[in-house]
Amino acid sequence: MTTFQTTPATSPSEPPGANPMTPLPARLIGVEKETHDTYTLTLEPAAVEGSTIASRFRPGQFSMLYDFGVGELPISISGDPERPEQLVYTIRSVGPVTTSLVTRSPGDSIGVRGPFGTPWPMTEARGKSVLIVAGGIGLAPLRPAIYHILRHRGDYNRLVILYGARSPRDILFKKELSAWGLLPDTQSLVTVDYGGVSWRGHVGVVTTLFKSIRAQPSETYALLCGPEVMMRFALRELQIRGLPKNQIFLSMERNMKCAAGFCGHCQLGPFFVCKDGPVFSSAAIEPWMDLYEA
Amino acid sequence: MNSNQFQGTLADHAFLAGLAESDIKILTALSFEVRFQEEQIIFREGDPSSFFYLILSGRIALEVLAPGHVLRIQTVGEGEELGWSSLLASVNKQFQARCLEPVTAFAFDGAQIVARCEDDPAFGFRLLRRVLATVADRLRATRLQLLDVYAKRGGGGQ
Repeated sequence: MTTFQTTPATSPSEPPGANPMTPLPARLIGVEKETHDTYTLTLEPAAVEGSTIASRFRPGQFSMLYDFGVGELPISISGDPERPEQLVYTIRSVGPVTTSLVTRSPGDSIGVRGPFGTPWPMTEARGKSVLIVAGGIGLAPLRPAIYHILRHRGDYNRLVILYGARSPRDILFKKELSAWGLLPDTQSLVTVDYGGVSWRGHVGVVTTLFKSIRAQPSETYALLCGPEVMMRFALRELQIRGLPKNQIFLSMERNMKCAAGFCGHCQLGPFFVCKDGPVFSSAAIEPWMDLYEA
Repeated sequence: MNSNQFQGTLADHAFLAGLAESDIKILTALSFEVRFQEEQIIFREGDPSSFFYLILSGRIALEVLAPGHVLRIQTVGEGEELGWSSLLASVNKQFQARCLEPVTAFAFDGAQIVARCEDDPAFGFRLLRRVLATVADRLRATRLQLLDVYAKRGGGGQ
């Protein structure tokens, strides 16, 4: 019998010798309730060969979080990339693993692998305006990009943040969205699909905010994250408004299991979303977005 | 606002962008400026559809009254239009329009606009194409809204 010995692929952001399949324990230091079903977990990562996952991650990347004895899930990092002492994840409670993760207590240990995947094109976007289009929990993987731009404000032109949520009670990072909108050269617009009478803001899907954008399309990089249907509609609208395909980037979500391109669970066309994504340029991923998957 | 300023402001409105000066002149003659207070109801569900508005400033919510509560389904603001159903005969207002902020707009009597379109079909075609584009935009947005894309859909053991 032939046996195959695989050598785990090491991602470019991992220290040499690290095994991407081995979770490292991280201590939970805080759980903050963001909305009725979404929580932000702050972890203190373990150091390996002088670096931590938090010190190596780039905006847009994700980790595999392992709730010991319950299960493992891919979760985007939602914290500040320049705070290496902490790892931050924003998690919506939708099933047994996410529900277990958000009900953990400070001091508990959670397994972390990563960081994995491709980042937002922060270097390529330098000198341009950046348009952030987020829907629902999709704002979480984009928050590190926003933090990065705000820390390096001189490197970028206008920052426009468009955020859509289901209803006012589902709005994520509410205080930060308001605060970002007060900064110079920054627009932060929020809309909800359904509003009650106490909601004084915009009502309508996120694409209805596009007419309020004050940025030159050819000089703008767009970063999109949210439900795939929302991103498809947003992508079409952005192309109608003249944004080049190679300046539109999307974060895709698939059923990621190994996160290292071994298992094939997250295959999308010729890509493994865990390894070749989750961030793709629309020029690369658009042909595969309209395909029906059984 | 004198008539030249009025015509200039109308020509700058996003809904009319690119329309010929002759068309803008026709519309200027048919329009007048209106102001609404915060919380003022511009029209109620079931009202006859009389006026078509081009919004200059402020935000308006479209609402549906349900037993015990009000559903706010859409907001429109600067650069958008309100009341396209006034360009159709025998259609009453489907929603209630409430000002969320003080609103300034150009108002047009729908019946007068329709009469002008019938007198000058080329003008009518150009105007109604814009109305149709707006209706198509709203329909697309409404379909996306109906998909409820942010609803919880647990899967994959999450």
